[in-house]
Amino acid sequence: MKKFARLISALDSTTKTNAKLEALVNYLDEGSDRDKIWCVALLTGKRPKRPVKTALLRTWAAEEANLPLWLFEESYYIVGDLAETVALILPPSGQNDSKSLHERMMQLKSLHQKDEKEVRHEITRAWKEMSKVERFVFNKLITGGFRIGVSQKLMVRALSKHTGIEEAKLSHRLMGNWVPAETHFSELILESSSTENLSRPYPFYLAYPLESDPEELGSPEKWQIEFKWDGIRGQVIKRDGKVYIWSRGEELVTDRFPELVEMGQTLDRDAVLDGEIIAYKDGAPLTFNHLQTRIGRKRITKKILENSPVKLIAYDLLEYEGSDIRQEPMEKRRIFLEQLINSNPHDALILSECIKEKSWSGVAKIRGKSRSLMAEGLMLKRKSSEYKVGRKRGDWWKWKVDPMAIDAVLIYAMRGHGRRANLYSDYTFAVWDKGELIPFAKAYSGLTDKEIKEVDRFVKQNILEKFGPVRSVEPHLVFEIGFEGIAPSTRHKSGIALRFPRMLRWRKDKSPQEANTLEHLQSMLDVYQDGN
Amino acid sequence: MSLITFTESGFYCEKADLYIDPWKPVKRALITHAHADHSRSGMNHYMAHLHSIPVMKHRLGDIDVQGVEYGETICVNGVNITFYPAGHVPGSAQIKLEHKSESWVIMGDYKLGSDGVSTPFEPVKCSHLVTESTFGLPIYNWEPQDEVMNTINKWWAENAASGVTSVMLGYAFGKAQRILANLDPSLGEIFVHGAIYHTNNALSEVGYKFPKTEYVTNETDKKRFRGAIILAPPSALGSTWIRKFKPFKVATASGWMALRGARRRRNVDKGFVLSDHADWTELNKAVTDSGAENIFVTHGYSNVFASWLKNKGLNAEVVKTAFEGELSEIGESTTAEPE
Repeated sequence: MKKFARLISALDSTTKTNAKLEALVNYLDEGSDRDKIWCVALLTGKRPKRPVKTALLRTWAAEEANLPLWLFEESYYIVGDLAETVALILPPSGQNDSKSLHERMMQLKSLHQKDEKEVRHEITRAWKEMSKVERFVFNKLITGGFRIGVSQKLMVRALSKHTGIEEAKLSHRLMGNWVPAETHFSELILESSSTENLSRPYPFYLAYPLESDPEELGSPEKWQIEFKWDGIRGQVIKRDGKVYIWSRGEELVTDRFPELVEMGQTLDRDAVLDGEIIAYKDGAPLTFNHLQTRIGRKRITKKILENSPVKLIAYDLLEYEGSDIRQEPMEKRRIFLEQLINSNPHDALILSECIKEKSWSGVAKIRGKSRSLMAEGLMLKRKSSEYKVGRKRGDWWKWKVDPMAIDAVLIYAMRGHGRRANLYSDYTFAVWDKGELIPFAKAYSGLTDKEIKEVDRFVKQNILEKFGPVRSVEPHLVFEIGFEGIAPSTRHKSGIALRFPRMLRWRKDKSPQEANTLEHLQSMLDVYQDGN
Repeated sequence: MSLITFTESGFYCEKADLYIDPWKPVKRALITHAHADHSRSGMNHYMAHLHSIPVMKHRLGDIDVQGVEYGETICVNGVNITFYPAGHVPGSAQIKLEHKSESWVIMGDYKLGSDGVSTPFEPVKCSHLVTESTFGLPIYNWEPQDEVMNTINKWWAENAASGVTSVMLGYAFGKAQRILANLDPSLGEIFVHGAIYHTNNALSEVGYKFPKTEYVTNETDKKRFRGAIILAPPSALGSTWIRKFKPFKVATASGWMALRGARRRRNVDKGFVLSDHADWTELNKAVTDSGAENIFVTHGYSNVFASWLKNKGLNAEVVKTAFEGELSEIGESTTAEPE
């Protein structure tokens, strides 16, 4: 694993894309096929099931280092990363790992069949065979998530340089649920589509937020304009009569949505549909909370199906009667999509409506109604655009409505992870209710690094109480919190749950007394719910 | 009444009527070392190791200061005061105060390993020990200096080979001299930032010798920077001054670089783990070797380290001070958390 550890260090020590690319290509050029497939899988987020509970790793590491567990935990709060804490705390070994990445991954896989004593023996022995960096990487293989800034796109670029195969082909080949332990590098990467898995989805084409004035886009008639729904982006695949459903997170979610499977089965021809999976009842969308009841659990009960039925709002067609039509222009794909839906009417299948307006001001007016229709805003797609891979500028834009916002007081802080380890960067916010501050949202994003440092300093100087890693602080700082949706919740003290809360700005001009109240939030909830 | 008490102005010895490293202006101050958080302005009279004096005068101006040697004992109203080497930076001292059967050692900042510049640390026996805890967590364990310096020299050589300037960031007093003394001068020219240049000059007054360096001025021929190494204080990062070395790679040397999060936040090309403070093993060894029954833990992870010492059966408590440890070196928050 020496080479893989070296690759991870190289990726970790630079923010420059070219340097990362070079490190990846070097690894691929030198690595064995077996190691390469693991490298591709791990760095694109394909992680085998965790073979060991992290609580056990903590205990074993503390015992190997002869330290009490509380001291390990204190160290972990500071480091902010379990794999790193374990690597740092263990006594030095003076060894370098002689086993390959593949061998280590197979070893980890074999642990599922072993009892705790054997697993402990294997893990602690492995630690003794490794350097500090290798231990860190090994622990990450167990706990998962490298977060070293390698996107799927970058991995595809590296593979393309390594193999000479074009990027679009490779990113399609990497889709789907291939299992690294059972997949050969050459089969997955080098061979053409004849053997390709029937369930394999296409890479999604993602839009950028619109930053400029829409007037700059030319006539609205050149654009397909649709509402942007707050659901789950999904692909419904029908090939050889079989139906598969994929989420954007590249998860096969077929069994979560029986009504969509049923819809797929009634289609009279093979097709791949792209659209929004959305909870929908009595002619209108439901809040995202309803959809969450469908994703969160393995078994979908009758009651959930009744309370939160889903539909697919279809907006694109990627494959039609066996041919990949992604290179066709949007307007032509749209005609095929309309054909397909018109000849296959189904309750769970809705054709995304196109908004036809002659002027952008007319479009803007409709955008203004988004929230009352439970939409997040509009999608603008150039009628001549092909269906691209990944997030690309130019042809597809999302034009979201401005977030709802409320001024709130920071009352709790926690240290962040990764780049923000040891900095208080994760906050809980509260609003006033009868003279008391009631927490209602957590937010981690929206501040600049400089602002985080400033808040961190404030937190460290104004701690009131400690609850494990959480610190309550003097209620003094006010932030404007933005969010996309609001719903009632029985799980929170405030009685509400927000969608995508984040810090819009630091209101240094406001005193904590000037923050909003729970009543404000409730009135927003009422307005939002009435629009339903 | 204890020989030393903890006051709002700092550690106070009432019997001798003097303070050690006070953070508010007082009449008489004993100074462990010349770093700004331990050696502050505004005292009527200072006492410090002879090697601390030039840097103190350079930073504080014309002060009234009495110099002492390591091991020399001075008696003030029956209190015996002795300075022992602390190994932190040139002139750094642990200060021992004894009266009757009570003996206190205020360690200031210290490290146990020899750095090739400062007089190496000596363990001192006492009944009451005041220790820092900047790196008082078991995640901090330093590699030997030779290994770290090898990687620094290797980094410089690689940059030089690709025609790039190496900019090495380190605190202007202590870290910079330590790196300078252990660089391989055969690799190329060594330039220094003004802050380091003046500190080197001050130290040369008391006999310190360093490899040949040159002060970077506006007149320096920029072509000469290619392949050279530049030593600069951390504040140079992101300044206009640093741009004159383009194309360059920048590294920082600090104990904080042991953590991935800190390395990534710092936004440098390379982070070397090199500290002038004791690591976890050294802190524990220093406490044990002192034989002290009462341990007072100051700046750093003081709560955790004190709990750990108590866990081991020692009589340990936390003392709040205004010292900053190494935090100021990477420009992060300099405030320790209260209990």
